[in-house]
Amino acid sequence: MTINVSRRGFMIGSAAGTAALLVGVNAKGVLAAGSGVVAATDLNPFVKIDADGTVTVIIKHFEMGQGTITGLTTLVAEELDADWATVQTAFAPADNERYANLFFHAQGTGGSTSIANSFMQYREAGAAARDLLVRAAAQKWGVDASSITVENGMLKSGGNSGHFGEFVAIAATLEAVEKPTVKTPDQFKLIGSDKLHRKDNTDKTNGTAIFAMDVNLPGMIYAAIMRSPKFGGTVTSFDDTASKDVAGFIAAQILPNKAGVVAFGKNTWAAFQARDALSVEWDFSQAETRSTDAMIADHKALLDAPQFDANHEVPLASVEPLLANATKTIDAEFTFPFLAHAPLEPENCIIEPTENGVRLHDGCQFPTLTRPMVAAALGLEPSQVEIRTLYAGGSFGRRANGASDYNVEAAMAFAVSGRKVPVKLVWSREDDIRGGYYRPMAVHRAKIGMDSDGKIIGWDHRMAVKSIMKGGPMEGMVQDGIDPTSVEGVTESLYTIPNHGIGLSDFQTPTPILWWRSVGHTHTGYVMETLMDMLATETGQDPIEMRLAMLDPAGTNQARMIEAIKLVREISGWEKGDKRGFAAHLSFNTCVAVVADVTVEDTSVHVNKLFMAVECGVAVNPDVIRAQMEGGAGYALCAAFRNEITLTDGEVDQFNFPDYELLRNAEMPAIEVAIVQSNNAPTGVGEPGVPPTAPAVANAIFAKTGKRITDLPMTKAGFDFV
Amino acid sequence: MQYQLKINGESRTVEAEPGTPLLWVLRDGLELTGTKFGCGVAYCGACTVHIDGYPTRSCQTFIEDAVDSEITTIEGATDKIAQAVQAAWREKDVVQCGWCQSGQIMSAIGLLTENPKPTDDEIKEYMYGNACRCVTYVRINEAIKLASEKLEA
Repeated sequence: MTINVSRRGFMIGSAAGTAALLVGVNAKGVLAAGSGVVAATDLNPFVKIDADGTVTVIIKHFEMGQGTITGLTTLVAEELDADWATVQTAFAPADNERYANLFFHAQGTGGSTSIANSFMQYREAGAAARDLLVRAAAQKWGVDASSITVENGMLKSGGNSGHFGEFVAIAATLEAVEKPTVKTPDQFKLIGSDKLHRKDNTDKTNGTAIFAMDVNLPGMIYAAIMRSPKFGGTVTSFDDTASKDVAGFIAAQILPNKAGVVAFGKNTWAAFQARDALSVEWDFSQAETRSTDAMIADHKALLDAPQFDANHEVPLASVEPLLANATKTIDAEFTFPFLAHAPLEPENCIIEPTENGVRLHDGCQFPTLTRPMVAAALGLEPSQVEIRTLYAGGSFGRRANGASDYNVEAAMAFAVSGRKVPVKLVWSREDDIRGGYYRPMAVHRAKIGMDSDGKIIGWDHRMAVKSIMKGGPMEGMVQDGIDPTSVEGVTESLYTIPNHGIGLSDFQTPTPILWWRSVGHTHTGYVMETLMDMLATETGQDPIEMRLAMLDPAGTNQARMIEAIKLVREISGWEKGDKRGFAAHLSFNTCVAVVADVTVEDTSVHVNKLFMAVECGVAVNPDVIRAQMEGGAGYALCAAFRNEITLTDGEVDQFNFPDYELLRNAEMPAIEVAIVQSNNAPTGVGEPGVPPTAPAVANAIFAKTGKRITDLPMTKAGFDFV
Repeated sequence: MQYQLKINGESRTVEAEPGTPLLWVLRDGLELTGTKFGCGVAYCGACTVHIDGYPTRSCQTFIEDAVDSEITTIEGATDKIAQAVQAAWREKDVVQCGWCQSGQIMSAIGLLTENPKPTDDEIKEYMYGNACRCVTYVRINEAIKLASEKLEA
C-alpha cells in the first residue's frame, strides 16, 4: 500500500485489490480519499463507495428521531449525485478528531447543531467523491472530464456509461482536490426537496430497527439497580434474602461508588424483580431532604440578592433607581418545576468484554464524554473502549450527560460482575422518572418600569436556577460565574430593551439536573414572551406590532425574526384585537414564531391549532423541519399542561406515566408550519420549536380569560386540558 | 417452565417462569425485539401485540395466559392491512425516534381491522392508549386515513 500526502496535506492511498473508495478527513483533519485498506489505518470516511456501486454515508451524529441520518445523507447524496433511494447509512465509531462536531471540537450531538456543523463538511465529502469518480471515468474512457455527467449514481459520456462502483478502483489512486467545488443553491436537487423520505422509515416500521435495548448477546446477564430514594444518598448495607426467591436471580452487589445496589438476573424481568425485592439501608447525611415548597422558597430567597450580574453593561444596581421613577410597572414572578425527559426507550446500556477492553452498545449521544468516563470506571484507557452507536429511542437531552450516568452504572455493574460476560443494564420507567437529571427548577422575578408614554425605562430581571455546567465537563463555558445555559434567552433577547439588568443566583441541590430539549430557553422563553404579552396589554398595543417595533432590522437575527413573525401573522390571518396568543423566540440560532388558537370552557382548555413559522436558514429537509416543529410543540405542550417532578422530604413523588402523563393523540392540536425561504447557513430545528409554544398558549388563555399563568405546569392555575 | 407459544404463525418453545410478562418472553427469550418496553404498566402502548387478532399490551399479559392464543408481533404483521399501514407510515414519514411505532402500528392495524373507515375522532379515541414522546400524532392520524383510503380503493 502507498499513501501519498500532497504538499497541501491531502492524503491519498492506493492498495492492491481496492474494495472501496473512501472519502473523509484524515488524522490532520483535512479532506482525503483512499481505499478500503487505508481506511483501517488512517482514514475514517464520511462516504464509502463499494465496487458494486453501493454508497454508504457514515453518520457522525446519533439518531434520536431528529432526522440526522436523513439530513447528513442528503448533504452527501446531493453533491455526489447519488441515487437517493439506494444510499445506505452507518453510524460512525468513536473518534474525537475525525468525527468531531465542528462546533464542539468533540464528538457529540446536541444544541441542535447536527446539520449546521456538518453542512459544508458532508457536502464537500460528497463533492470530492464525485470529482474523483469523474476523473477516474475520464481516465478509463479516455474522454475529457468535462464531457461526463453524473446522475442517480451513474456516470455518462457519449456512448459510455457506468455505475459508481466501476470507477472506485481508479478513483482510489487519484488525489483528492484541495477544495472541491460544491453546488450553488440553484443546482440543488435533494437539498430543499419535499420528496425525500426519511432513511429510517422502513426499519422503524417493520420491527427491524435495532436500539441498544434490543441487543441480545450470547451469555449476557441483565442488571437493574436500586438507587437511593433521596438524591445524594449512599448505601450502608443491603439484604438480598427476598431476591433469592426470584427465579433467575443471579447475585446482588453494592456499586463501587455506593450509589446503589445492582441485582443481576438471567433476563430483564428477573433483574427487575430481584432488584425490587432488595432491602437497602441508606446514609442520607449528604442527600436532598427538602420538599418542593421549601425548594421554591429557597429559590425566591436567592432572588433578593442575586450573586451575578448577567448583563455586564447594565448592573442591576443601576436599574433600581430608574424604576423608582417609573409611572407604571409590571411585576411578575414565575416558577418552573423539575421535569423528566422521559425518552420512551428507558435508559439502558450493554457492556461486553473484548480482547482489548470493552465494547459499549448504546444510543450514544456524546462519545467524547462517555468513552473516558466508562474507561475510568473500569480502569482502562479510552482507546480500549469501543462504542457501537445504535438508534436511540428518544433523548431530549437525557443522553447527553457529562456524568454519562447510565453508561458508568453499566460499567460499574460489569466490573462487579467479574467482567467475563456481557452485562445489559436496563432502567425501568420508574427508574427514569425518579432517577434525576431533570430540567432544573427555576424561578424568575421581573419588574418592568415605564414612563407616562408607556415606554420602558428599566427592566429588572432576576432568576434563580441550579447551574447545569458547573462541576461538569463543560464548566469551561462558565464565564464570570455565569452559566450561559441559566440565562440564555434573557441575555440575548432580540428585543431592544433599555436598561435591562439581569441578575442570576445559582441554586444548590444534590438533585442532578441536565439540559432538557431547548435547555435554559424552556423557562427563559416562557418568561420573556409572557412579559412581552403583559407589556402589550398594559400599553394597549397589538402583541405582534409591539414586538416588530422592538426588533431592530439592522440586526441579523432580528431581521430573521421579523421574517418569521410576518410569516406566521400571514398564515394565521392574525388581526388586531385577535383573541389568540402569540409568542416568538430565538434559540439555537433559529427564529420561531407561534400563534396559538385555544378554546376555554369554564376551566377546560383545548388547544385547537398552532401556526408556526421558522427561520432556520437553508431548509435541507423541509419535511424533517416541519416534523421537528410539530414534535417540539407537542413536547412543550405536554410539560406546560401538567408535567412536574415534585419532592416530599427529598423523595420524588412521581413513579411512572400514570402520574407523569405524556401528551395523548387526541390532545395534539392541528398544526401548520411554514418555513421562511432563506439562503442563510442552516441552523438548528430539534429544539427551537419548544420555547415559544407554551407562552403562545398561555397568552391565548389570557386573551380568552384574562388570567395570567406564571406558575407551571398550567394545572396549578386551575386549568385542565382536554 | 417450558411453554409452547403460537407466534407469528409458528410454534415456539420457550423457558420462562409463570407470571413472566409476555413482553419479556418476546424480547429476551425469543429475540423478537420489535415489541418495545416503555412503561411496564400498560400506560404507553409501546408493547402492543395482537393476541387472537386484538391489540393487547404484552407487558400486562402473563405468559401462561397466552399459550392457547395466536400471537402476532410487528415482525409477523404482514397481511394486507399491515402492509397498507406500514406503507402509509412511510409515505407520511411518521417516525421519529421510532420506539413507540411498532405499538402504534399494531394498534392502527387493529383499528382498521375493526373499522375500515374510521373518522378523525374515532382514530383519536382508538389510538389514545399509544403514547408517542416525539409527538408524531398528526402524522399517525394522517397515515391511518391514508391506509384506510388505499385499502378501500
